[in-house]
This record gives sequence, structure tokens and C-alpha cells, in this order.
Amino acid sequence: MTPSTTEPRGLRWLLILLAALLLGVFLLLPLAAVFTEALRRGWPPMWQALSDPDALAAIRLTLLVAAIAVPVNTLGGLAGAWCIARYRFPGRALLLALIELPFSVSPVVSGLVWVLLFGAHGWFGPWLEARGLQIIFAVPGLVLATLFVTFPFVARTLVPLMQEQGREAEEAAATLGASGWQSFRRVTLPGIRWALLSGVLLCNARAMGEFGAVSVVSGHIRGETNTMPLHVEILYNEYQFVGAFAVAALLALLALVTLGAKALVERGTARGAAA
Amino acid sequence: MTPRRRDPLPGFGLSLGVTLLWLLGLVLIPLLALLLRPLELGPAGFWHSVTEPRVLAALRLSFLGALAAAAATVPPGLLVAWVLVRYRFPGRRLLDGMVDLPFALPTAVAGLALTALYAPNGWLGAPLAALGLKVAYTPLGVVLAMAFVGLPFIVRTVEPVLRDLPREAEEAAATLGASRAQTLWRVVLPALAPALLAGFAMAAARAIGEYGSVIFIAGNMPMVSEIAPLLIVVRLEQFDYAGAAAVGVAMLALSFLLLLALNLVQRLWRRA
Repeated sequence: MTPSTTEPRGLRWLLILLAALLLGVFLLLPLAAVFTEALRRGWPPMWQALSDPDALAAIRLTLLVAAIAVPVNTLGGLAGAWCIARYRFPGRALLLALIELPFSVSPVVSGLVWVLLFGAHGWFGPWLEARGLQIIFAVPGLVLATLFVTFPFVARTLVPLMQEQGREAEEAAATLGASGWQSFRRVTLPGIRWALLSGVLLCNARAMGEFGAVSVVSGHIRGETNTMPLHVEILYNEYQFVGAFAVAALLALLALVTLGAKALVERGTARGAAA
Repeated sequence: MTPRRRDPLPGFGLSLGVTLLWLLGLVLIPLLALLLRPLELGPAGFWHSVTEPRVLAALRLSFLGALAAAAATVPPGLLVAWVLVRYRFPGRRLLDGMVDLPFALPTAVAGLALTALYAPNGWLGAPLAALGLKVAYTPLGVVLAMAFVGLPFIVRTVEPVLRDLPREAEEAAATLGASRAQTLWRVVLPALAPALLAGFAMAAARAIGEYGSVIFIAGNMPMVSEIAPLLIVVRLEQFDYAGAAAVGVAMLALSFLLLLALNLVQRLWRRA
């Protein structure tokens, strides 16, 4: 490399320092503020806030919603990525664009659409009410809203990778007499497992952390339809700051674990590519 | 290759069927409900509903705030992408991981954190207040929160393009006697411009609809610091479904117009 295609050493370090300072103040400091506020009065009040029955119910509900939404969107994403990356058919690009559509929709709108369908004054509201079924202001609504906002994650991570891989390996497996399921398990899955894991992780982080969409369909019934992010808001609005920041810190921890796991997965991908 | 009866790869019908069912049930039918609901207002009623002064002010804040936030993240995003791609230094991996923090952090947590930080008694809010700059509970706070969620979009769209940029062009420019600054301005920046614009578009599109990170720091004063998604919530609480859907449709239309305009700019560039 000729010296003229890079910056002088001093300038280089200045730019690195500037970038580090920027990310530190703009991204890291807010994170530090969450943990500091949560621990403002030490561990016991924070612990108390987290073991409060309403907080525990919120944690359970968040886990339940993610446990339903993530597998559904993983299966759908696998099917979508499979047909988009392995076959050519008219409307393929449109299909991919439609799968990615939920990313450009506001979280609040992602909740609103379900109210318009199943709310008291929604298309199917009266029909549901006559049968004593409740979707909005109940767990099914939370699941549907979460499904909408986490819809594209898995498909979007898989499509570029599977397109790059091509279909030769699976064709060979089929020619050798493997059934579709065998070929999927023995050929496709090993090739995409790291990307799949990464997509699932992101999908899960969003599912557990979603706020706007679930806020619209939840009805904020404590102990019943309150997920963790919604519990944070309720506590905050009631000026229970330590409690709000304690639950927020738990969610922030989830984000950090997700980022760490994603970094590990990416390293796994790099090693897989090198091998 | 068109799937025919002799396609050796099984599963096309099954996977397409599952995909369409999944897409139709979870995305397309719900969005159809959004588009059809405002029809009951009639054209005049719809127009009246989205041009109410309070709605107009909220749409303006969400739209212009998103543009301002996305524009403000372009220079720092470019700097971070440049440092991550071009330089090797201890802690680079950590810095790289930090960039994705706004993607992974739940929006309500980000909102709470930014509010605590920039409130008049916060770590950053107090010194800024001493300088006469009020951030929390003002439109500036709204833009700040939008910039927080938008920064990774710029970095992550510029990074791959910068990594694949051939060094030969820079070497050629240097050989021909261009200074480093001239090379960066005339050779590198134009090559990155499409990626910067794409990142800008993604950051702005995300910011227009942003809710969780914004509402805590916004203060939500009608006509001043109230964002469009909040008005949807307000109208839903009054059981005004059609009015809520009308705001939702207006927001979608604005994002769509923005993406269309940026697409047009990109096409004009390519021709120039």
C-alpha cells in the first residue's frame, strides 16, 4: 500500500478516537444510565422490583409470546427462503418485497391492523364477541402483533445466503435418491444453520422487546396482558423509577446477550466458510 | 429454471403454499384492513381527518424529524464505517458490536435511557441545560431518539460498499497528483454516495414510524412534540378506528413517497 492511499498516522488515531467517543457517548452512555438508575438504591430494591408478582407475570408472558411467535416465523421464514432461493418463478422479487414489508411499517400500525380486524369495532369483532372469544386485550392479540413485527427476520437472513449457495447440492442429493426431508436435514440445514441461528436470535430479541405494537393490542391489564416492555412503561408512568429501570435493565441484558451470541455465531460462520 | 414436472428438487408447491398462507394471514390481510377502513369516512372525511391541525403537526414532526435525524446520522455513520473498515486497532471488534446496540435494545428501554440521560437533571441534560439547550421534552429530543435508532442503518449499509471499493482508484488518483483530501472528496465519496443515500432512506423510514424510543423523551405536547404514531394510539382510545387507520395510511403514504423520491434521485445520479 502506498502511503498516499491512507491517512497520516496521527489523523488515523484521531479519527479512531473520535468514532470511539461518538459511539461511547451516543450509544453506550444510555445503556450505562439504565443500569445506574436501576441500582440507584442498591441491589435489594432492584431485586424486589424484579420479584414482584406483576413483574414475574410480565416476564412469563413475554417468554410465552416469544415461544409462540418465534417458531411460527422461523418455519414461515424457512419456507419463504426455500422457495425464493431455490426456484425461479414470476413474482419472486415481489414475494421477497412483501415479506420484508413489515419492517417499513410503524410498530403502532402493526398493532392497529389487528385491532381493525379483531377489536370490538373491527371486521370480526362482533362475530368473536358473540362466541365469547377475545383476541384484542388478550394474549392472542399480543402474539399476532409480535408475529407481524418479527415477520421478516428469519427469511431475510436466509435468502441472500441460500441464493449464493445455489441448488446443486440439493439436486445431487435428490438424484442420489434422498427424499425431500432427508435432503433438507442432511444437506440444506447444515449449510444454513449459523445464519438460521442468527435470524432466530434477532427475531427473538425483537419479539421479547417489542413495545409499540403490543402496546396497542394489550389493554395494559396488570398480571394478565402486560409484557416486560409494557411493564416498564407502567412503572415509569407511576414514578416507580427504580422498578421501571430494573425491568429495563433486564431487557437491556437480553439485548447484550443477543449481541454477544450474534458475534459468536458470526465467528462460527467465518470459521465454517474457512473450513 | 422454471419449475416443471421434471424439476429434481421437490417441495416447490409445499414451500410456496406455506409462504403464501403465512404472508396472507399475518401481513397482507391485516394491511388490507388498514387500507379499507378509512373508506367509511369518504374522501372528504378522510381528508378532514388527516388535515386536522393536531394531526398535521404530528405528521410534520414525524416526517421532518425523521429526515433531520437521518441526515444528522450520515456524517457520524460514515466516520464509524470508515474507521471500522479501513483501520486496524485494538478494540475494533467491540466498537463493531456496539454499532448494533440500537437494533437489539428494546425501544422502550432506549426511550427510558435517553430520557434519563438528557433530562434537565441527567448526565448530559444538565450540562446542556447550562448551555441553554433543552433536549428532553422538546422536538430536539424527538430527533435525538430518532437518530439513535437510525445510526446503525447508515453504518451497516456503507460498510460492505466501502470494503469492496477497489483501492486501485485511490492509488491512481494519488499517482496522478491528487492530495489525499481531493481523492477522498472526488473518488471515494462519490462511490459511497448511493450507499449513503440507501442508509439515509432506511434510517428515515424507520424513524417516521418510531414509537417506543421517542414517546418517553418527547413529552408529547399536542402541536409541539407529539408524533404521528401517538395520535393513532389516542384515536384508538376514543374508539375512532377509521380515524386511527387514516393516520396510519397517511404515514404509510409519506414513507412510500419518501422512498420513491430517493429512488428517483438515485436513478438520476446513475444517469449523470
